[in-house]
Amino acid sequence: MSTKIGDRVKRSEDKRFITGAGKYTDDIRQENQAYAAFVRSPYAHANVKGIDASAAEAMDGVIAVLNGAQLTGDGIGNIICGWAVSSKDGSPMNMGAWSALATEKVRYVGDAVAVVIAETDALARLGAEAVEVDYEELPTVVKADKALAEGAPQIHENAPGNQIFDWEIGDQAATDAALATAAHITEVDITNNRLSPNPMEPRAAIATYDAAEEHYTLYTTSQNPHVARLVLSAFYNVAPEHKLRVIAPDVGGGFGAKIYIYPEEITCLWASMKTNRSVKWTSDRSEAFMTDAHGRDHITNARMGFDADGKIVGFKVDTIANVGAYMSLFSSAVPTYLYGTLMSGQYDMPAIHCNVRTAYTNTVPVDAYRGAGRPEATYLIETMMERAAREMAMDPAELRRRNFIQSFPHQTPVILAYDAGDFPKILQMAQESADVAGFATRKAEAASRGMLRGLGYSTFIEACGLAPSAAAGSLGAGVGLWESAEVRMNPVGTIEVLTGSHSHGQGHETTFAQIVADRFDIPIENVKIVHGDTDKVQFGMGTYGSRSAPVGMSAVVKAMDKVEAKIKKIVAHVLEADEADLVIEGGAVSVAGTDKQMLWHEIGLAAYMAHNLPEGMEPGLKETAFFDPVNFSFPSGAFICEVEVDPETGTTEIVQFTSADDFGTIINPMIVEGQVHGGVAQGIGQALLEQVIYDDDGQLLTGSYMDYTMPRADDLPFFTIDHHATPSPNNPLGVKGCGEAGAIGAPPAVINAITDAIGAEGLAMPATPMNVWRAIQAAKSSIAAE
Amino acid sequence: MYSTKYHNPASIDAATAALSSGEEAKVLAGGQTLLPTMKQHLAEPSDLVDIRGIAGMADISANGATLTIGAAATHASVADNADVQSLCPALAGLAAHIGDPAVRHMGTIGGSMANNDPAADYPAAALAMNATIVTNSREIAADDFFDGLFATNLEDGEIITAIRFETGAKCGYAKFPNPASRYAMVGVFVAQTGGGVRVAVTGAGDDGVFRHAGLEAALSADWSEGAVAGVDISPGGLLSDFHGDSAYRANLIGVMAKRAVAAS
Ligand SMILES: Cc1cc2nc3c(=O)[nH]c(=O)nc-3n(C[C@H](O)[C@H](O)[C@H](O)COP(=O)(O)OP(=O)(O)OC[C@H]3O[C@@H](n4cnc5c(N)ncnc54)[C@H](O)[C@@H]3O)c2cc1C
Repeated sequence: MSTKIGDRVKRSEDKRFITGAGKYTDDIRQENQAYAAFVRSPYAHANVKGIDASAAEAMDGVIAVLNGAQLTGDGIGNIICGWAVSSKDGSPMNMGAWSALATEKVRYVGDAVAVVIAETDALARLGAEAVEVDYEELPTVVKADKALAEGAPQIHENAPGNQIFDWEIGDQAATDAALATAAHITEVDITNNRLSPNPMEPRAAIATYDAAEEHYTLYTTSQNPHVARLVLSAFYNVAPEHKLRVIAPDVGGGFGAKIYIYPEEITCLWASMKTNRSVKWTSDRSEAFMTDAHGRDHITNARMGFDADGKIVGFKVDTIANVGAYMSLFSSAVPTYLYGTLMSGQYDMPAIHCNVRTAYTNTVPVDAYRGAGRPEATYLIETMMERAAREMAMDPAELRRRNFIQSFPHQTPVILAYDAGDFPKILQMAQESADVAGFATRKAEAASRGMLRGLGYSTFIEACGLAPSAAAGSLGAGVGLWESAEVRMNPVGTIEVLTGSHSHGQGHETTFAQIVADRFDIPIENVKIVHGDTDKVQFGMGTYGSRSAPVGMSAVVKAMDKVEAKIKKIVAHVLEADEADLVIEGGAVSVAGTDKQMLWHEIGLAAYMAHNLPEGMEPGLKETAFFDPVNFSFPSGAFICEVEVDPETGTTEIVQFTSADDFGTIINPMIVEGQVHGGVAQGIGQALLEQVIYDDDGQLLTGSYMDYTMPRADDLPFFTIDHHATPSPNNPLGVKGCGEAGAIGAPPAVINAITDAIGAEGLAMPATPMNVWRAIQAAKSSIAAE
Repeated sequence: MYSTKYHNPASIDAATAALSSGEEAKVLAGGQTLLPTMKQHLAEPSDLVDIRGIAGMADISANGATLTIGAAATHASVADNADVQSLCPALAGLAAHIGDPAVRHMGTIGGSMANNDPAADYPAAALAMNATIVTNSREIAADDFFDGLFATNLEDGEIITAIRFETGAKCGYAKFPNPASRYAMVGVFVAQTGGGVRVAVTGAGDDGVFRHAGLEAALSADWSEGAVAGVDISPGGLLSDFHGDSAYRANLIGVMAKRAVAAS
């Protein structure tokens, strides 16, 4: 079986996952380990008047009860936000302090005020129940618009009116002027529902302090262990980087929620030093709902203007984003640089203005969740396009075609410069696969069964692999956005690739090995991918934003370039040949047109024996590379969703879902399809099922799967997936990233399809049976009223 | 979990003794409700008395049109039982759609009845057929058994041993699942038995399972889907939450009643 780029190579990691042999953080056992349980606030907003730990401390098996005053007293720093976003008047963002254990005040239900360290998990939990905290309840606010309203409860002293920043992108005057000339304006008030990420493996950490070495080891569920180490060291003062090892072993999904460094990991490290024990914490599902960073939660008013031919003349967006009670690592970037910059979609828009205000609320922090900012932009643009088409009585595909960007590179009015794409082509592919021509017949057949059938589009673009570092830095990013790799050829000819990209479901152990097997024409079994351990891999920025292929793999390619150059020098020297005549093929390097060759292991041995190397060459065969892309990559796609709605109950069934994607070069179609399936499932989840709800007191009503609706297999159709590749010109493989497309593109396709089916505007996500039924009733009564 | 003492009695007498031995002893059946509650530290029984080992507790038998289902019979065993399937396919179908396979292989009919969750399925069947709840000390008609949300008139220490159904000519059940939990958001059981036409609604009432007089009258006059359409279903007294407000639930009662009749 061929294992080259483009082959459907089976995932090598699945054997251990499917047989239960994966090694996750909770599987790690350290000698002398103790357990942490957190004392969490039951109130969304309260002053902490006192903590009485005496009953807990007196309990059998309780080792220590530690609080926030002790933590800050030991110099543990506040949790940071990694991207400084300024207001449009130039003032810096108003960021409130976030201590891993709250001291004077709690600001959301689940905010931790103390931690109990005990001999067993059960004892730690009993201990936590026995800690008595004296709370003085304060008024709460959970919705972003209400938080910004006059008289709202003040959550952080240094964010007056709860506003963190008032940011803008684009040209307000030009946009206003353009809208004033528009022949038609489509206006919407739209909410992007708040979601809980729900990775299958909950967060966990086990920290070990070695007092003799003054060294810490942290196993944790991280998408980016090196960034965790950097932040823990540079900002939280846990230990200097060379005294701190962070390992993210097998990680069972992240979706963004495991990018950030949370209070629990920091506390476990610190508590390990305080108690001189290994300290372990594994979130249960209730804690996960309460404390994992949520996603989305935008409120937006937007106006899109068209000329008489249906060409967009201007787009004006005013968004309020809920950031939660504290600013998490990327919370400032998600509703700004990952959102406002996407407002041009696939369309040639002469003028755009997007204003974003961010608000503190008494809810868990909101941060990047699969797609991060781009799903919010796409949902807005794509539902507006379809609504505009209905209002102007145009075919929605035709309206899109009239506005598609046709030539590249294309500079949008909102920073991004698209490099490649073929939007009409992918739309046409999707329309053919979805048999749009036959839709009317299917609709009529459904009507004969009393069902309402509808079809909706979403043609979207995303920006992946945030880059380049210097540009991000100038916009306020606190990290570089490159990736590093090391390619080691061993003396026996096997290859180890050390990558800073972390795999937590993506299948990197297979796809990264494929690019090596392809390049060197060696068996894929001879390639091993090493990641997730700061003691092994030199550095890395981790996995998020669909960056592992465009950025992480590119670093591997660069390192392979260097290895190949050295291999060729060695072989040319040993075989007394010209480097230009060497071909890499069949597990050997041969001199073209001769029978002279060196087998792969012979080359390895030659490099490490160093008995016969070219003059001045260092022994060994391992090379390192850092790759900093010159631009984002821009995957694009066209989704078509077809639904049937039961008008009696409002239940929606997705009967057909078609995607045509441009991901650039595809390394492994099976894995790409899996990413699309998962992304679309989460997108359908957002559109039909999922919503986090806090009541007005800040209590989480959707704190378990009894109330939070996760997509299940029977909620989803079989997917039809097509690809059309326009390779990215900005990285050596021409890849674009595929991890988020489904979650970004699916929600508007689903909502557009339901809207088409029921013929009623203003349907809110999630389109639960009740919401759809209500929309149908409202449309009926407005028709009756006319 | 808090510490608790586990008993595994082989007879009703031993179970009764064990139940009176502890401060706060509780019957344990499938544990699908009780154990999660204990894990969340919302219940703290001193003793758990597992009734699944008691001889005959999980038996299912038929005598003419009478079905007797042991309290410890799991939902899966009810769904798969040939007598249930032939005498009352609606009941077998109801059991087959409770929760997921794991829940169906652990959860029991007795546990479901004793728990009287307002969104549980069995109470609708029991009330529509006026089943008899047999306990270690007496027999209780379903009409007298349910007593509001999560409440029944079981005495402390009383153990349900079986549920007896007089199956009728026509029975049908239609359930609209809550999208998240997949318990009944509205479940309607329609039955035409010796006791006349009865319609029980679960999932919707703010006081638990209830009979719907309007639907009963309409279906007594004319057992047809069309008869349901004319019935006025008031949202008064119905549950309201973010999954379904009372108006939506009222609509669903009508739709599910129609579908239950169609399935009968
Ligand atoms: C994920 C999930 C999904 C579910 N979905 C549904 C659904 O769709 N529809 C539905 O109807 N149910 C559903 N259930 C509930 C489940 O089907 C069980 O019926 C229910 O949990 C109780 O039965 P049990 O045997 O597990 O009782 P247990 O949990 O063991 O006991 C429940 C209560 O009943 C008492 N009890 C148990 N047996 C007796 C007895 N013989 N005599 C006196 N008291 C007794 C116990 O003391 C306890 O108070 C679901 C449960 C779960 C976990």
